[in-house]
Amino acid sequence: MRVALFVTCLADTLAPGVGRAAVTVLERLGLGVDFPREQTCCGQLHWNAGYADEATALAARFGEVFADAEVIVTPSGSCAGHVREHVPTLVPRVAHVAARTFELSQLLVERLGVEDVGSTYAGRLTYHPTCHSLRLLRVGDAPERLLRAVPGVELAELPEATECCGFGGMFSVKNAAVSSAMLAAKLDAIASSGADAVCACDASCLLHIGGGLERRGSPVRAVHLAEVLAG
Amino acid sequence: MRELAARSARPVAFPSAAEAAVTDEQTRTNVRLAQDTIRARRVAVAAELDDWEALRDAGAALRDRSLSRLRDLLPLLEDRVTRSGGVVHWARDAEEANEIVVRVARAAGAREVLKVKSLTTDEIGLNAALERAGLRPLETDLAELVCQLADERPSHLLVPAIHKNRTEIRDLFRERLGLEELTDEPRELAEAARAHLRAAFLRAKVAISGANAAVAETGTVCVVESEGNGRMCTTLADTLITVMGIEKVVAEWRDLEVLLQLLPRSATGERMNPYTSLWTGVREGDGPRAFHLVLLDAGRTRALADPVARPVLRCIRCSACINACPVYRQTGGHAYHTVYAGPIGAILEPQLAGPRGQPGSLPFASSLCGACADVCPVRIDIPGLLVHERGRVVRSERQGLEGASLRLLGRVFASRERYERAQRLARRLQRPAVREGRVRWFVGPLAGWGSSRELPAVPPQTFREWWADRDRA
Ligand code: SF4
Repeated sequence: MRVALFVTCLADTLAPGVGRAAVTVLERLGLGVDFPREQTCCGQLHWNAGYADEATALAARFGEVFADAEVIVTPSGSCAGHVREHVPTLVPRVAHVAARTFELSQLLVERLGVEDVGSTYAGRLTYHPTCHSLRLLRVGDAPERLLRAVPGVELAELPEATECCGFGGMFSVKNAAVSSAMLAAKLDAIASSGADAVCACDASCLLHIGGGLERRGSPVRAVHLAEVLAG
Repeated sequence: MRELAARSARPVAFPSAAEAAVTDEQTRTNVRLAQDTIRARRVAVAAELDDWEALRDAGAALRDRSLSRLRDLLPLLEDRVTRSGGVVHWARDAEEANEIVVRVARAAGAREVLKVKSLTTDEIGLNAALERAGLRPLETDLAELVCQLADERPSHLLVPAIHKNRTEIRDLFRERLGLEELTDEPRELAEAARAHLRAAFLRAKVAISGANAAVAETGTVCVVESEGNGRMCTTLADTLITVMGIEKVVAEWRDLEVLLQLLPRSATGERMNPYTSLWTGVREGDGPRAFHLVLLDAGRTRALADPVARPVLRCIRCSACINACPVYRQTGGHAYHTVYAGPIGAILEPQLAGPRGQPGSLPFASSLCGACADVCPVRIDIPGLLVHERGRVVRSERQGLEGASLRLLGRVFASRERYERAQRLARRLQRPAVREGRVRWFVGPLAGWGSSRELPAVPPQTFREWWADRDRA
């Protein structure tokens, strides 16, 4: 099977390691990976910010860029959620493309039935279920099942795990004070888990959480699910 | 006079109000504890019912059905109430509703009027209107009374004094009720309020309530509550006035079966609320001698006419969304500067207030985490409606630098060449601000980010550059 990687504008530009890790995992499983170079952004940022015209144009563009792909995979719960849940309403003619789009853990566990991807890791991880993977896309426990199957991963429970980390795209700058207060609560929870790294399936939330950990001078690292699975 | 007319001329923007609110540790601790308690109870009692999800479907469907038939249901309700000896009034807006209530209360010879806890009367600023007319409103719900004595706005739909703990309430009662010996034992506090209110109940001429629902086919009005003070008001006063938003009507008696299961479980996490009062007009020798029902529009027909926003009118004011909200958790209710706070407020207030008088910042007071929609008993797609309201703001107000940046970004994303050029440009422009792969100066909109977070710089190689290299190899 061949899969087309939608790396997301954010990972492409600010967290390329996440994209490289996703490629490693997919290829190790024997999948052929394509990267349609025309891809840019799915329009989630604009949609959430209230700019429907831009979001609609980008949704249409996404549908065209990935029109020929059999399966589309993205290392982002929120982009996959946006594509699957909003794009078909915005641009009905590309609904079939949206339906073929999966978040990485969703593709591996639900679609391919794989849990052990042949990676190893050494350390204590805690998993933060990002809001859109949890409540928009509903990936369920797929990411945790993948993590549990990695030898060397010790999974620590995250208190109040399903509470939002406070990122929320534009929210993080428009409502910086509240966003920071929400982040502080999340960082406290991560610290109390005793983990040495926090894992999630959204590079955007991890940018915010990781940036907060660094600002605090915390030794805890923020790692993407793909990066753990690529190890 | 307390400022309850929340939709006042100068709306306060959420981000600046919230910035102050997040430093109020006392309120945040109270809110967090209250949220945790109510959340846990709601989850437990919802899990008791095998058909909870089906009940939510039924709740959404019956509310939608009512909303699509208001044109028939409201005249039917009027007819049934009138036939049962009640009087129905129609109020286009808050001002008309307040005039009607003042007129009726005066005609009944009241100086003091008892209030049953009611959001709708808060919404129209009724207490202030009564005071202007020389009438004294007395809140009878314990927490509302606390807010009234403290001269503060309620901060939560159902737990209006959620921002206060019992020590603060003790101090307030000591001062305002002259009870110097009072301790902060909940029993004693309740007893003090009870003594204060009991005398008022016995001399009451007029009481005013809101309504949780009204059944069109029978003309029955329904109020649910926990304390029984509402029941005192609705039965002891000579004249009862109910102010109800027109969207609260339901078609049939059996609709209550669904709503009265959904509401207490979602609201307080109880299987059943302690008091459910239902009355149909007036009855000789029992309860009030006169009953007035004020049907209030105040923006509801406008919301009804917006096909995307219409489901907001399904809301049964259970406040589950508020209890689930991580933003409310950090700020409490006052930061919203509205009667309806939290997620429901952010989608309802802009609809009720119409084009003017509403802080455009309200629909943006959310991270769109979706916790609200997961608990809403009538399945309102709150994040979807927040985005809808954001769109209305973006289209109607100047968005300045932010708007220009987002429109430009839209153009950048629309072309691969422009996007790749922008990546390279960002890498060049960031140079003076970057040290060791981290952005060191946070200017413009990035200042908010930099207040609590580091930001990685655009790395030497983007993903697509790496891919192109690998392809060539
Ligand atoms: S929007 Fe839903 S959860 Fe929020 S108060 Fe209304 S009915 Fe309750």
